[in-house]
Amino acid sequence: MDKVQVFALIVSTGLLLGVLELVRRGRLKESYSVLWICTALVVMFFAVFRHMIDWLGQFVGIYYTPSAFFLMAFMFLTLITVQFSVVISKLSQRNKALTQEVALIKLRLEEVESKLAK
Amino acid sequence: MSDTIIIMPAYNEGGKAGQMVGLIKALGLDADILVVDDGSVDDTAESARAAGARVLRLPFNLGYGGALQTGFRYALRQGYSYAVQIDADGQHEPEYISHLLGPVKAGLADAAMGSRFIGLGEYRATFARTLGMRLFGGIASAFIGRRVTDPTTGFQAINRDVIRFYASDGYPVDFPDADVLIMLHRAGLKTVEVPVVMHQRAEGKSMHSGLKPLYYVFKMFLSIMVTLLRKNTFRRGGR
Repeated sequence: MDKVQVFALIVSTGLLLGVLELVRRGRLKESYSVLWICTALVVMFFAVFRHMIDWLGQFVGIYYTPSAFFLMAFMFLTLITVQFSVVISKLSQRNKALTQEVALIKLRLEEVESKLAK
Repeated sequence: MSDTIIIMPAYNEGGKAGQMVGLIKALGLDADILVVDDGSVDDTAESARAAGARVLRLPFNLGYGGALQTGFRYALRQGYSYAVQIDADGQHEPEYISHLLGPVKAGLADAAMGSRFIGLGEYRATFARTLGMRLFGGIASAFIGRRVTDPTTGFQAINRDVIRFYASDGYPVDFPDADVLIMLHRAGLKTVEVPVVMHQRAEGKSMHSGLKPLYYVFKMFLSIMVTLLRKNTFRRGGR
């Protein structure tokens, strides 16, 4: 194994342990940890089995190993950020609904209070 | 107000929710019934209310665990001493509510889990489901020191300490299951299994479709591992 493989292995192990620790502490939900764990495991795999990158690279037409590797890591990061966009969209929608609910409840509360005061 | 509350999360069960409430009321138990309407688009809430249950209506769908936890938070704030968790779709047989409450009220356990596999009824699960239950039941059994035959924990009776535990942020909202058993054990709470009857699911609409089973397995392993690594901070008798 050459230097860059060792480096990739260290980084991916660090990522995996970091993500698991965040889940353990309750700072990262299990559902969002899936893609991160997959990313770390895939990087680990390719760090050890370097020739597999070349094998995959053939399908896309990339014959320079580091480029193929970066493309793969880039694709994973893209997947993760798309997941974030989807999650943010859902959160925005729910945030809006909750805000509206609060305003509606406040009005009802005021009306009930004024009725009680009479 | 009673000291016991029966919590039933419901999502688009329509008239069935009202029927279940009716069945439970007919048992004449000393317990209040709370239906948590998980953002249903049909008349679930109305039918439950008409049958005499108190209804909490969530502004949108949180999922089974989220709706259930809303019920636990309500139970905690209202000061209930005991709670029973039961499904709205008719799978859980209400007659067994008192069987579950028995050990808990007698102080023999903090939580009594209904198991459909201890000799009562004739429940048959799909092969995949049975495999999952055996696997996680086995793991739970190994870690809590007693035999777990039905890890799904959907039909259970609990006391105030467990209500407080379920109402807290640590409660696993997506698939409360075998990991809950391990969490309870780590928190020093005693659980037992009680034989109950459960019926087959009526139609197809299940929580288990598509990629979900895969995520379920992943999540359970992760949740269990993480629970075992966490430090327990739960103390009995807290506020």
